[in-house]
Parts: sequence; C-alpha cells; structure tokens
Amino acid sequence: MEIHRYEKIWFVIALLMIVGFIATIAYGAVGAGVEMIADDGGTMDPNDVSGTEFEDPGVRQVGEDHYEVYVLSQQFLFRPGTTEPIRVPAGSTVTFYITSTDVMHGFALAGTNLNVMVIPGQVAKVTVEFEDPGEYGIVCNEYCGNGHHSMEGKVVVVPESQYEGP
Amino acid sequence: MSAESPFVERFPSEARIVRLNLGVAFIALFIGGLFGAIQSLHRTGVYRGLIQSSDYYSMLTAHGVLLALVFTTFFIAGLFHWGITRSFDRNAPSQWFSMTWFGVMLLGTVLATIAILGGLIPFAPDDLNAAVLYTFYAPMKAHPLFYIGAALLIVGSWLAGADWFWSYFRWRKTNSDERIPLQAFMVLVTWLMWYLATLGVATEVVVFLIPWSLGIIPAVDPLLTRTLFWFFGHPVVYFWLLPAYFVWYTILPKLSGGRLVSDPLARVSFVLFLLLSTPVGFHHQYLDPGIAEGFKFIAMSNTMFLLLPSLLTAFTVVASMEHGARQRGGKGLLGWLRALPWDEPAFAGVALAGLMFAAGGFSGMVNAGMNLNYLVHNTQWVPGHFHLTVGTAAALTFMAISYWLVPQVTGKRLQLKGLAIVQPYLWFLGMTLMSNAMHRSGLAGVPRRTAEPEWNAVSGIAYETIVGSFQETQLQIAVGGVLLFVSVVLFSMVMFGTFLVRADLGPIRVSGSLPRPLSTAEDGPLVLDNLRLWFTIAVVLVAIAYGPPFFDMISDGVFWPGTPPTTSGL
Repeated sequence: MEIHRYEKIWFVIALLMIVGFIATIAYGAVGAGVEMIADDGGTMDPNDVSGTEFEDPGVRQVGEDHYEVYVLSQQFLFRPGTTEPIRVPAGSTVTFYITSTDVMHGFALAGTNLNVMVIPGQVAKVTVEFEDPGEYGIVCNEYCGNGHHSMEGKVVVVPESQYEGP
Repeated sequence: MSAESPFVERFPSEARIVRLNLGVAFIALFIGGLFGAIQSLHRTGVYRGLIQSSDYYSMLTAHGVLLALVFTTFFIAGLFHWGITRSFDRNAPSQWFSMTWFGVMLLGTVLATIAILGGLIPFAPDDLNAAVLYTFYAPMKAHPLFYIGAALLIVGSWLAGADWFWSYFRWRKTNSDERIPLQAFMVLVTWLMWYLATLGVATEVVVFLIPWSLGIIPAVDPLLTRTLFWFFGHPVVYFWLLPAYFVWYTILPKLSGGRLVSDPLARVSFVLFLLLSTPVGFHHQYLDPGIAEGFKFIAMSNTMFLLLPSLLTAFTVVASMEHGARQRGGKGLLGWLRALPWDEPAFAGVALAGLMFAAGGFSGMVNAGMNLNYLVHNTQWVPGHFHLTVGTAAALTFMAISYWLVPQVTGKRLQLKGLAIVQPYLWFLGMTLMSNAMHRSGLAGVPRRTAEPEWNAVSGIAYETIVGSFQETQLQIAVGGVLLFVSVVLFSMVMFGTFLVRADLGPIRVSGSLPRPLSTAEDGPLVLDNLRLWFTIAVVLVAIAYGPPFFDMISDGVFWPGTPPTTSGL
C-alpha cells in the first residue's frame, strides 16, 4: 500500500495532537487538580429519603471553613435553592450532595464549571471553593418535564463577616 | 442494457425500494424542519404565539426523532440499498424481503410518531404522549407505543442489514478471490458497527422500558438505562456520518472531476470507525454520578483516537477534490478551488457540508475533553455542535447527493434546478448564523432543551457572553432557524417536483459510473477485508470498556436503585 508523503506527515501530526489532548486532560486531573464527578456519592433509594440527610436537606457546617450542602431536586424546584437561596460564606470549601426523587435533573451554576447530572438513585458529590462574595443562578439544565423552564434557584455567597451560620 | 444505463432501468425493483425509503426520509425532513423553525422562534423569544411552552417539549421530541432517527435511517437505507446493488452489480436476493424491512421500519415510525404527536393534539387521549425527547431517559415515561415503535424501527434496520449481507454472501460464492467493492465494503462495515451499537438501545427498550411502561415490571434503574442509551448514543453519530463519508469517498471525487486518491486508506478509516465508535459512550456521561472516573478516562482516550479516522478522511477528501480541480485546469496553491463546479448543487452541497464538518469536529474535541466538558455539558453549545455534524455534515450531504441520486432511481431529470443551486448555500448561511450563536450562548451558560432560557424569576441571572450579547445570539438563532427551514422548503420542492414530473422528458443528465481510485483496493493488504476479524476486535474493545461498569451497576440488583414511571407534567 503506497501512502503519499504528505499523508504520512498528516498522520503523524494527527497522532501527536491526539496524544497531546489526552495529556492535557491527564495533567488537568493530576497536576491542576480539576475535580471530576465520580461514584463516591453512593446510591440511595429514590422512593424513600427518610432516615437520610435528604429528609431535611440544607447547609451544614462540618469544619472551620468547610460546609456540606444537601440538595433535593424535584419537578420543578431545588430544595434548598428555589424558595430560599443556598447561603454559604466567602472563602469556604463547599461539598454538594445532590439527588432526585422523581426524574433526571441538572444542577449547574451558570457561568461556572459547577455542573452535574442529578440522577434518581445516585448521589452526586462535588466539592467547590467559593472565594469571593457574589450570587450565582442555579439552572436545571436537564429536561425534567413540562415545567422544566421554570426550575431554577440561587446560591448566595455572603462576606465571611456577615455569615450567620447555616 | 449497458453498465451506463440508468440505475432504474437496470434494477427497477431495487430502485423502487430506494425511492420508498427516500420518500419517507424527505417527509420526515420537512416536518422535522418545520418544527425546528417553530422552536427556534419560540425559545429565543422572537415569537411565542404558535405553541405553549409546556408543549414545546413534545415538539422538540418530534424534531429530534423525525430528523435524527427517521430522516437519517430511511435515507441511509435507501442510499445503501443503491450502493450495494450498484457495487455488486446484481439484484437484491428477494424483493419480498426488502419490502418487509421497509415495512417494519415504516410501521415503527408511524407508531412512535402517533405517540409523540398525541401530545400536541388537544383531543387525543391524555396518556397518548411522548414528551421524553430523543434520549427518553427513564423514569420519565412515554406511551408504550413510542418504545414499541422505536424498537420496530431498529429491528427493521437490522433486517435491512441482513438483506445486504445476504447479497454479499451470494456475491462471494461466485467471486471468491475478489476484493469487496469499496461501496459494499463501507455498507457492510457501517452495519457491523450498527449491530454492535444498537444492542445497547435494544436491550434498554425491549428488556426494560417496554415492560416497565406496560406495568409488567415496577421499576428500572435510571443510571443503567441511561448508560445503555449512551452505549448506542455515540456510535449512532457514526451511523449518521459514515454514509456521508461513503458519499465523500466514493462519489465526491467524481463530482469534483477527478478520482479518489486511495481506496485502501478509505478502508482503513472505516475499520477504525468499526473498532472505536462504540467503546466511547461514557463521554456523554462525564458529569454522571455513579460511574468511576477511570471508566470515563478510558472512554475519553478512545474518543480522542476516534479523531484519527476523521482527520484521515479530511485529508483524502480534500486531496481528491484538489486532484479533480487540477484535472479541470485548476492552478496555484489555493487557486484550484476556483476550478471546482460550485454551481452544481450536488458538488456544492457536499463540499460545504465537509467544510462545516471541520468546524463541528473542533467543537467536538472540546466536548470530548473530560474537564472542559463541565463548561459546556447540557448548554446550548451542544446543539450548536451537533447541528454542524448530523445537522450539516450528514443532512446537507444527504440532501445534496439526492440531486445526483434521485434522477438515477427515478429516471427523471432534476426539476427546478435553480432552486437546487441556491439551497445548499442557504443552508450554509442559516447554519453559520444559528450554530455560531448556539456555541457562544452555550459558553455563557444558556442551557439546551428549554422552552424559555431566561431563567430569571428567582435568580435574576444575566448571561454574560464573551463577545456580542445574549439578545444578539438569540436573534441569530431565530433568523438562522428560519433560513434553514426555507432551505428545506426549496429542497422539498425540487424533490417532489422531480418525483412527480413525467418520465418521458428525455434521458437523465447524470451517470452512476464511478472512476477507479488512483490507488486501488489491490494495493492494500488483504486483511482489510477480513470483516470477521475486525468485528471480533470491536466486540472485545466494547467488553473492556463496558464490562466492568455494567457489572458495577447491576451487582446491587438489576432494578436497583429503581424508580417507577413518572409523567412529564405535574
């Protein structure tokens, strides 16, 4: 099989590009420490939240600057998030635990890379850092029914000095 | 009758099967395109008087299913039935069998369409709806007809493949030492990939969703059914693209005035697609809980290597076009581009589709990046991407090659050629507007799949675009969506004009003969034609990529954690 010299060069460039892409992602995970969603949130019975943290979802302080937030996603609201915003102090590390008791949802802070799928039976666990005060809109970005476009919420990062606890 | 006689004269019964398939495809394209235009006006807020926001999702389901599954599958079946018959140069084994698979596919399509459109018709029974979108994630439930229809469409496509393998085995008996003709090779490899890929969705629908929607089993595991969907959901992309590549490799060089540069390299790239298309589905699930990071990383690496056959295709296609242009007297480093037949709609459409595919390929590389994906997952970036790939690389190629193929299977000259000349350029313009704006608004966090992306009742979010503004992107999407539909209307007028015109207006102006490649199949190693070997390796790669995660998901119970059916509304 005769392969033209230009095509051989193109083949080598393509391979180098592919290996380069994989290397940047390996570096992102190991070197830069970009956290990705995995299976460490565990599973639960989506039909019965009693006896779990999701029975009374909300913000908990678990360390000096470390908070945990349990969020229940349901057609068509986030608890907490929609009727009352999720409040955390600036300069904190926040671990979200998010699940659903009906259909699939999405949980994304618009304009950031906090973006997870919410799947009934699975608990999504993701840790992020909020450095500065500000407000973020929560968007349900997975179709969840005929009121999907109304499902939204808010995260408020308050200055550390004004934070009154969860 | 000579080999130069039109296809319809040499193979009238096969031509009829091709026409039936193309006819269904074009009807689906028209309805799906109309719905797309209505959606683009609605979700951008330009005009919301046509539908209610709560009905948007039934219409979106119809748009996705009719275009991504019905238009593509029927067009591909027609194209491949032509390709197999032409390249083996013999009749299909059984007309009755060909009509059977067409009938099964059509029945499935009609059932699923009834279920979807039921959600838009006020007097339809309440439970007759399927507002579950093209991905139909459990536990949101559609009417059982939707799942049964989807299953029949896939079973019909399996039978179509059986028809073509049957042709192959019959041809092999009398041609034991010959290389498989290139077009037939591409059809068979594409369908081997399809058999492997559709195992996922067939299992999802037949084992889980049909009995679940009928109340026979109470609950299904949403993560498991979603994973089975994406087992199929990425290779289906190659099911759309490989027929476009079939056109780019085997017909475009002729339309350019030249020859394919290398037959063996075309085979190499198809074999790579067979091997790598399926063990990559987890790249649609990077953000899913319940799947270990390592499994996602393996899928990501496979995905990146899947770029290779597409990059090789880009080289060969451009080289073949340049060869053609120079045969036509083209000169210079880039000046040869002017020598190409840009006023021939078949050539222009296919070439523009290839150009747009380059842009779609680059945004796909971003999607494949496991960490970059967090910025774009489920944003409007994603439909921006796939309207360039399936929505242009495949769809525009299919429309454009119809200008060349339909005269051959009808025996009629192409009608309204003036409209045909404009149509691909209009598509290109509409898609440029719509797709660039979708990509940019996606980067600003605007979600996909929503009737109203404003999302400001509670949160007061203002989407921040990097260049331009949110309103400007929405306007471009609406204008682009409408132009795309106008392009579909032009295409439909040309096609139905050609189908309906009298046959005795003189001989057709195109011929189906294809020139020999510069480097022919005989220059390539024989192992390339060893379909059994490549299929076996593909199965092993799938077992490696999917075995452990499937074991993880079902080791705690096949139906656990399980959820009962939920409706799309409250």
